Parts: sequence; C-alpha cells; structure tokens
Amino acid sequence: MAITIQIPTALRRHTAGVGSIACAATNLGELFSVLDEKFPELKPHLRDEAGQVRRFLNIYVNEEDIRFLGGPAYSFQDGDEVLLVPSIAGGAN
Amino acid sequence: MSNHDGNCNYQLRCRECGRSWGNQPRSICHECFSPLEITYDYDAIHSSIAQERFGRERIAQRAPNMWRYSELLPLPAGFEPRLPVGFTPLFQAPRLAERLVGKKSDGKAAARNLYIKNDAVCLPTLSFKDRVVAVALAQVSAFGFDTVSCSSTGNLANAVAAHAARLGLKAWIFIPSDLEPAKILGTQVFGANVVRIAGNYDQVNRLCSQIAEERHWGFVNVNLRPYYAEGSKTVGFEIAEQLGWRLPDNVVVPMAGGSLITKIKKAFDELIKLGFVEDKPVKFFGAQATGCSPISTAVKTGSAEIEPQKPATIARSLAIGNPADGHYAIKTIKQSGGWSEDVSDPEVIDSIRLLAETEGIFTETAGGVTVGTAGKLYRQDRILPEETTVLCITGNGLKTTDVLAGVYEAERPIAPKLAEFEKYLHETLDTVEVAKEAAATVGA
Repeated sequence: MAITIQIPTALRRHTAGVGSIACAATNLGELFSVLDEKFPELKPHLRDEAGQVRRFLNIYVNEEDIRFLGGPAYSFQDGDEVLLVPSIAGGAN
Repeated sequence: MSNHDGNCNYQLRCRECGRSWGNQPRSICHECFSPLEITYDYDAIHSSIAQERFGRERIAQRAPNMWRYSELLPLPAGFEPRLPVGFTPLFQAPRLAERLVGKKSDGKAAARNLYIKNDAVCLPTLSFKDRVVAVALAQVSAFGFDTVSCSSTGNLANAVAAHAARLGLKAWIFIPSDLEPAKILGTQVFGANVVRIAGNYDQVNRLCSQIAEERHWGFVNVNLRPYYAEGSKTVGFEIAEQLGWRLPDNVVVPMAGGSLITKIKKAFDELIKLGFVEDKPVKFFGAQATGCSPISTAVKTGSAEIEPQKPATIARSLAIGNPADGHYAIKTIKQSGGWSEDVSDPEVIDSIRLLAETEGIFTETAGGVTVGTAGKLYRQDRILPEETTVLCITGNGLKTTDVLAGVYEAERPIAPKLAEFEKYLHETLDTVEVAKEAAATVGA
C-alpha cells in the first residue's frame, strides 16, 4: 500500500525543498513517524510539545478534512493523497 | 520598521512567536506556521497626534469614508484611494427594539439604545467586504501583482471583482457552485473570471491555498490576508466616532471565518491606546446560523478550539465550517464577557422580515442571523435593554432574495377602476382581520 504526502511551500525549508513523498503509513500516527524520520526538523512545526497536531495545520485526505474521517483513527487507503495545508487566519491582539 | 518601500509604520508579525516579517504577501509564519498580523509603530502615531497631524479633529475634517483612519491602516506611502468606501450609517433602531424587547411603562421602547451599523449600504458592492478588499488591494502594486483572487461565499467575490475592475486588475474568483445567483451575477458583471467549485467553501478555500503557492496572484484572503483583515477595523472606528467618540456596551457581530469580531475589538483597543475614546468594557457577541455554528458551539460548550462542521444553512455567506479565525473569535468573546448564539433558518427569514418591517433595512441572511441572535441575547438577559448595543448588519438583502421565494404571495391584478380597488381593499382587510383573530386564538 502506498500513499502520497504533499508538503506545503511554507514547510519545505525543513525538507530540503522536497514537496511530496510516497510512503506506506497506514494512519496519521505512522505518517508523522515517517515524516519525523525523513525530516527531523519538520517535527516541531507539525505537532506541539504534547504531540498534538498544531492548531493552524489542517490535514486533508484527498478532498476531505481528516477530522471528518475519524482523525487519528482513520486508516489510509491505497492511493490516498494527504495534504498538509496551513490554516489561514488573521489573528488579533 | 522595514517594509517594501522602507517608509511606513506597520509590518507583519507572527501572532504566536512574535517574529517580524516586514511587508510581503505572506500570511503564515514560516518559523512556527502560525498566522501573521499587522502591527503598528504606535509611538510614531502618538507623535503624529502630538503634532496635530492626526487626531479626532483631523479625522472630522476628512471625507466621510473609511480612509479618514488611514494612519491606522496598512497603506503604502503615497497611497491615493480610488474609491470612497465605508462610513456607513449608524442609527438607533427603536421599532426593532420594541419588537425584540418590548415597551416600558411610558410607552417607549425598553431598549432605546439599540443601534444598527448598516453595511448593507457599503459601497461599491453593498457589503462590509468592500472595506477589507480596498485595504488588501492597496498593496497589489507594491507587491507586483497584476492579478487578484479570492475564495468567497459571495460578498467577497463581488467586492474583489468590482475593486479589480476599478483598478484595472485581472480577477479570478473561486466560489462554491451553490452560491446565490445574484452573487454570481454580481461578480461576473465586473468582468471577473468566476470559477465554480463543486464543493463547500472550506474546500474552495483549501484549493485557493494550493493555487496561491503556484501562482503569483494576490489572493486577498490567503497571501494578502493580514492586510485584508485590517480593513475590518474601520467598522469599529466608525462605530466609536458615530457614537460621539465613545464605545458601546455590546456589539453583536455575524461570524463566518471569525475575523470581523476580532478586528472590531482591535479597533476599539487602538482607539483606547491612542486616547480617542475612554477605556471601558465592551462585550462582544457572536452570531451564527445553527446549520453552521462551529464558533458558537465552541463558546457554548466552553471549548477553546473549533470542531469543524459541514455547513447546512441558507446563510451561505456565513457557511464556513472550519473558520480560520475561529480560535481568536472564541478568545475575543470569552475575554470580553460576551457570548455567542445561533439561530435556525426559519428564524433567519423571520429576522430579515422583522428588520425590514421595523427599520426599513433589507439585509441578507447574515443580517437575519445577527438580528435573530440579538433577540435571543435580550431574552437570555445577556444583553440588557438599557445598555448601548450595536448590531452589525454586513450585507444587502437584494443579493439573497432567493431565500424569500414563497414567503410572499403573488398579488392578483385588479382592473384599473376605483370600485375594484374598494372591493379589493375590503377583501384584503377582512383577510388581515381573520388572520389576526386566528393568531389571537392560537396565542390564547
């Protein structure tokens, strides 16, 4: 089984410019393990100190927000394309 | 501070880690992935006030549009506005107040300090989105864009298309395919390229984030978002000035992405910081449609985080299930002591009609959400009748007439004869009386 992970431009400085990788992760936990191993510098940008996905990072599987698919419990299917997309917020003091 | 022209008093700063990014088309901190926002050199602004180049009297001498607050907006040096956007009416709404709260023993409306901020007549495209687009597009020349773009639930599409036409820019507008026909037509008419996406707004927005990485386009709500969002502050500046340079007790704001409510708060904070208004507590109340209420749900359940929803509401301009500024909107509401409520689609329609019948304002569905929510907040005693309360009406009802289809019967034509009219009037009044009696019976 193979899935593809798309990495946004904002994070490619931590992946030596790599924008896409294929891997055999079967769920979100394994996906992060793959990314941690290949790109150690990326880890703190994806998850906080408690290991939670960062607030401003959205993860899509094909066209769907992974939270609608069960989040960490979702089992990736062969051919899934996983998008890491920054949440665009303005913020305010 | 550094910036694209090296001569301005604002720049981008990360909301979370505090890193500065100068001025560039960027909305995300590449260090920590958090949102960027505009910060100002308030010492320089204080200096302008001390030298009487800026201040309440100076503002009063300027043209009645939102550019009168230019010192508090991220505008390039030498910027010349091409459109007189904003400075929409703020006025008391006694007949609406009477219907929402009732009368006092002297026969006057109990909530006599209820105000409407009416951006249903904001120019040029009849929604508050003209404000944010005007500020975002002030940067396109400095950033070298000849094409502008956005993902939109309708009002933003109209505004980007119109402002782009005025500035001679190419426009690519991405919308959910089920948008109201008037909002699609009201975008196409300006010559914009309209791309209908078979998906909801959140999917359109995600796609635009990807396109923004591939093309050198100015996406007002992606790579220009920090600048764009600052335009919302002008609603807050105007409310304060139009109340005689004082702040209200409460503001009720419709929420889609959640940015507007946070920026009205920022506007009030800046006015306090600069000494333009007296410091006082203001409660912020958020309004959503029940069919898409991720922010109000979080507020009501005590959560600090957003659980995304699949939108299912007629209030399509508010149908954002994963609101980008949701976290900050929750924080703004909670820290102010405010609250958030949501209303059903039938309540939205009733509220559109109520505002129209009492105050002569035809608002779109988002305005119905705001009015319906305000009624709930009064009934819950979260807003008290004697308090000064401002309802933000952000869009025009002529854009969403489809939601009223079937509400009003088509009147039968009558012959052009006085006798025919008298007969018609008699029948009509009889019908009204019968309806009143039926309502009284049901209510008894």
